[in-house]
Amino acid sequence: MIWDALTLQLGYNATLVAIGATLLGVSAGVTGTFLFLRKRALVSDAISHATLPGVCLAFMVLVALGGDGRNLLGLLAGSAISAWVGLLCMNWLTRRTRLAEDAAIGAILSVFFGFGIVLLTIIQTMGVGRQAGLEGFLLGSTAGMLWADAMIIAIGGAATLLLVLILRRPMTLVAFDPEYAAARGLPIHRIDLAMMGLVMAVTVVGLKIVGLILIVALLIIPAVTARFWSERSEHVVLLAGLAGGLAGYIGAAISASAPNLPTGPIIVLVSFAFFVLSLFCAPKRGVLAAVLRHLRFQRRVHIRQGLLALAQGQKIYEPLTLRLLRRAGLVRPDGVATDTGKARAGKALRDEKRWEIVRGDQAHEATAALYDGMRDIETVMTHDQIAEIDRQIGGPQGVPA
Amino acid sequence: MSGEEFVPLSLTPLLIGTFAAIACALPGNFLVLRKQALIGDAISHVVLPGIVVAFLLTGAISTWPMMLGAAGAAIVAVVLIEAIRRLGQIEPGAAMGVVFTTMFAAGVLLLEQTDTSTVHLDVEHALYGNLESLIWLDATGWGSLLDVEALAGLPPELSRIALTLVGVSVFTWLFWRPLKISTFDEGFARTIGIRTGALGMALVITAAIAAVAAFDAVGSIIVIAMFICPPAAARMLTNRLEAQIAWSIVFATASAVSGYVLAGYGPLWLGGSDAVSAAGMIATMSGLILAAAAMFGPCRARIGAHTSA
Repeated sequence: MIWDALTLQLGYNATLVAIGATLLGVSAGVTGTFLFLRKRALVSDAISHATLPGVCLAFMVLVALGGDGRNLLGLLAGSAISAWVGLLCMNWLTRRTRLAEDAAIGAILSVFFGFGIVLLTIIQTMGVGRQAGLEGFLLGSTAGMLWADAMIIAIGGAATLLLVLILRRPMTLVAFDPEYAAARGLPIHRIDLAMMGLVMAVTVVGLKIVGLILIVALLIIPAVTARFWSERSEHVVLLAGLAGGLAGYIGAAISASAPNLPTGPIIVLVSFAFFVLSLFCAPKRGVLAAVLRHLRFQRRVHIRQGLLALAQGQKIYEPLTLRLLRRAGLVRPDGVATDTGKARAGKALRDEKRWEIVRGDQAHEATAALYDGMRDIETVMTHDQIAEIDRQIGGPQGVPA
Repeated sequence: MSGEEFVPLSLTPLLIGTFAAIACALPGNFLVLRKQALIGDAISHVVLPGIVVAFLLTGAISTWPMMLGAAGAAIVAVVLIEAIRRLGQIEPGAAMGVVFTTMFAAGVLLLEQTDTSTVHLDVEHALYGNLESLIWLDATGWGSLLDVEALAGLPPELSRIALTLVGVSVFTWLFWRPLKISTFDEGFARTIGIRTGALGMALVITAAIAAVAAFDAVGSIIVIAMFICPPAAARMLTNRLEAQIAWSIVFATASAVSGYVLAGYGPLWLGGSDAVSAAGMIATMSGLILAAAAMFGPCRARIGAHTSA
């Protein structure tokens, strides 16, 4: 069943939803990355909640004009207008008053959403009987998706991607270093507003599939996921698009494969699964990598300290050190050094002495800063330098055999 | 409007709405000043999976398990946000966004998967509550306020939210000095021996309790609005914390009362026949108050910024 869904064999509606969700995921992931890099991820929460009054007002206007209130294009236009108004209010609150951005986000989010709910209850009592679709915008509803709806989502998503492509350089610059961008003469506030406008576009496009409460997840989670895998912004953008698109596709497929699996929440949960996978498995930034790095570091410290102890003829009691030395073939089970062990220990002690000279010499100041107790001196000094240091140290001075 | 009509139908929802608004606005003052205003947003989203899980475990809509479930979910969310922030080195806002949307999605999925057709449990209810339904059927007029038998029929939400309000007030009163000092100057607070970490956690937990109790009565949209709008509006009027809190209580009460009245009677005045959502109207009113304060408040600008009046 799930295989059928993944290969788009589950009928017309499921195929439409899967394609729409994939496109939405890609554009949300790509757009959300800039928002995340700008450290304003939660602005999307305010924008998405601010769409509700617009949807309701558009519905009322459409009905008043005698049309079918559920015209998707009309509803989306309404939602875009009210989201834009919300965005401008939020911008005004943060720039012109003493409120911090988080308070402005929360205020816009709750007030616009509350007003939207007031309008929603008015619509419910209008007696037009066709309002059932509007609640679908809260959590998305893909059941009755039409070809025209899918086309709107596809065109909207493609347009957003195109705009991101055009604006990617200024947006990256503003995200990483707003002061420098300002010094270069870029209009920061306008670029910020453009970034938010793109987020708004994604939100509006995504209303039908995932709904306004969960679209935030599609904007934030893929970007955070992608950030684990790369340090280069263009790679992060592409990876976020990939993660978002995959989550949309797989989520839509899973939700089509069984009843009672709403599309929006499933897409979000698939996206979260990618996030958890990345959190643990990503190279460098992942938790697993960090644990491995820690263990490797621990092993090096223990072996180094063990070798120094061997060289100075001290007995080793620390069980982990003993075990590591034994496994490396440096000591025998009774704790006495093997021949390799003696050689390595002698080298470790001599290196320590060499470092001592280096650190005592002003001329080697830059090199001395690299000393961390474990670095092999050969990696930072030339053979000639080491030979010179060895000349200063001289021969063996009564080191115990 | 006579007492026979007002007391049974409107008195209790008004009181519950007002108490909930004040209980949220009190900790909201500190959250807004500490730039943690969105905690309320996160909590009110994660409450949904909490109550659904509680419902699945107990199989019934009963208050205490659900409150516990909601509180548990709030704690899980706080721990998860902190874990993701530290393990993944992600900025707090994004970590919050990841956690609360995921938990909300899980809540919606659980709700869809379980058969809740026999009970009143759905996403809309969680979002905007049902303030209008908390009526006091046993009351016959103002005299019922002295009638023990009728008082026993008060909706249980009223006593719960009143208790919560008392608890929140006592917390604010007891920890007034440390809260005030650590909010404005955390470093100084630490040097005089205030355990700022524990205090911050206590504040978040208090906020969570207020949010869960208010949520139970009035839905989550009021919770977010009341955490932020009245304190933010009060912030525009004064530079003194005491005055700010007093103003925020005034604004919370004003939005609750005016919102409820407008929702219940406004449509009638305009010639309509049905009331609109009280929760939504209260949030809208608080927004209007905030807008007025942001435009005309004497302390609306940042210090150092020139006012463009």
